[in-house]
Amino acid sequence: MPTDSIQYKFKANNLVDSEPNKLREDGLRAEEMIINLGPQHPSTHGVLRLEVLMDGEIIKEVVPHLGYLHRCFEKHAESVPYNQVIPYVDRMDYVASMNSEHAYAMGVERMLGIADQLPKRVEYIRVLVAELNRIASHFIAIGTYGMDIGAFTPFFWVMRDREHILRLLEWTCGARLLYNYIWIGGLYYDIPVGFEDRCEEFIKYIKPKLSELETVLIENEIFVQRTANVGVLPLDLAINYGVTGPMLRGSGLRFDLRKVDGYSVYPELDFNIPIGEGIKGTVGDCWDRVWVRMQEIHESTKIIEQCLEKLQKEHKRTKEFDPQALVPKKIRPQAQDFYVRAENPKGELGFFFRADGKSDIPFRCKARACSFSNLSVLPEISRGVLVADLIAIIGSIDVVMGEVDR
Amino acid sequence: MNDFSKKESNMLDFQQLIEIVKALSNDLRIDEKTSPKAIIVPASALNKICQELYQNPSTYFDMLSCLTGIDNGVEVNTMEVVYNLYSIPFNHHVMLKVILLRENPEIDSISEIWRTANWHEREAFDMYGIKFIGHPDLRRILLPADWVGHPLKKDYVHEEYYRDVKVEY
Repeated sequence: MPTDSIQYKFKANNLVDSEPNKLREDGLRAEEMIINLGPQHPSTHGVLRLEVLMDGEIIKEVVPHLGYLHRCFEKHAESVPYNQVIPYVDRMDYVASMNSEHAYAMGVERMLGIADQLPKRVEYIRVLVAELNRIASHFIAIGTYGMDIGAFTPFFWVMRDREHILRLLEWTCGARLLYNYIWIGGLYYDIPVGFEDRCEEFIKYIKPKLSELETVLIENEIFVQRTANVGVLPLDLAINYGVTGPMLRGSGLRFDLRKVDGYSVYPELDFNIPIGEGIKGTVGDCWDRVWVRMQEIHESTKIIEQCLEKLQKEHKRTKEFDPQALVPKKIRPQAQDFYVRAENPKGELGFFFRADGKSDIPFRCKARACSFSNLSVLPEISRGVLVADLIAIIGSIDVVMGEVDR
Repeated sequence: MNDFSKKESNMLDFQQLIEIVKALSNDLRIDEKTSPKAIIVPASALNKICQELYQNPSTYFDMLSCLTGIDNGVEVNTMEVVYNLYSIPFNHHVMLKVILLRENPEIDSISEIWRTANWHEREAFDMYGIKFIGHPDLRRILLPADWVGHPLKKDYVHEEYYRDVKVEY
């Protein structure tokens, strides 16, 4: 073998050395055992590894091991100019890239002080694509969750419907998942001619499908039996663990940054914030979290309809409209620390920037990932449950490991 | 449930907030260029201040949004830990900054107050080597346990090989 070839040399201890177990085997009592779950297990939604201490079939302790999808987002962000960070932002939460881009672009624009000069049409298009992406993300969450529990059909249904969204978004920017569509100061392109009609068609198509999905999955008795009263997350615990998004709302707090912060054009739009009410069990159980996501899809369709109306009437497409008009040639914010946050499908996505005022490259760009904080509550709510319920709890958290590990 | 969009009346003034923190430590500096506005606090008083901000009924910062480590580089020779606090009922933000020396940076853990800090502090330890005293479980979180060095330090140079595989590609 040539010595300079990249070749992984197997050593028996490699796996143990890189991610040693936290729990020790020598103190185990009779009937107790340590089981390793993941990282390559479909129900861990990517590459999450869980070290589980079990007494028979009862979970006594869960230790998550992260980092299997770590791609050095923050290190990369410190080496490229602000506008070139956007593709990396896409790759964090890869099922909701538009939302992440929106948060990031908003943060840099506020630092530059151009956030309130953006044309309304740009803002409405941003909200439109972000809400489309939110539906796609919630579809993934609900579909894969059904599959974790054992319902296979809904997964195909939501993937079929999500395909329409992906094609719409592909039409706007040429990419299906990682868009790089929302730029700092504008958009890559205006939405294509005829997009509004297709989008309206899609909304008309999706509405009956949503009630179908509700009947076959959410209201399904087997699904309710598996999720109601399972993994109850009390509100105070959720806040203490920094849990946000549908998980926090599932625990009964009407808290949504689209309303609280009222960024972009969300204050001009009419929508509700659904919260978990414990209809089938206790407030804050797995069923509530899924139900909140389902209701949010309904709310997102409402937002999309309103955006489309605005985009066809008040902020119509004109020949002069240039979505890149405000895109700065040189992005050099003044020296400052800046924290920006926005509501992603999974929760509060925050970016902490430090600009040094001397370069186009962020001195520090930290992503406060929603899945990261949401996942950290897992050991707390899965103590004392059955192993099958642990799978149900992981699914209801809706983690995307790309965002947890960044 | 409250409607969180319509409440600005009970928002705490930044000055009042400074007064509350001042009662606990005299050694404060204010940085108003940041957003949200920042208070630079000494490392020794951090735990006390956080406890007060968490418990005081007029501040009630019940959520730790973000915890960031920053390395200011070899010339400045400092590191920072930045805490972004948020109060859900009052809808106010504050940023707390602690400046540490670059050699052997140590700071009290606040994971007893906000348990979300547990993983965030592990991340800061992983990336910067900042030791959080009193942390229940300070291990690396994103990088493998046998990785050498803390990659977000400004003077970080990666090892040439990891597991006999060249790191430089």
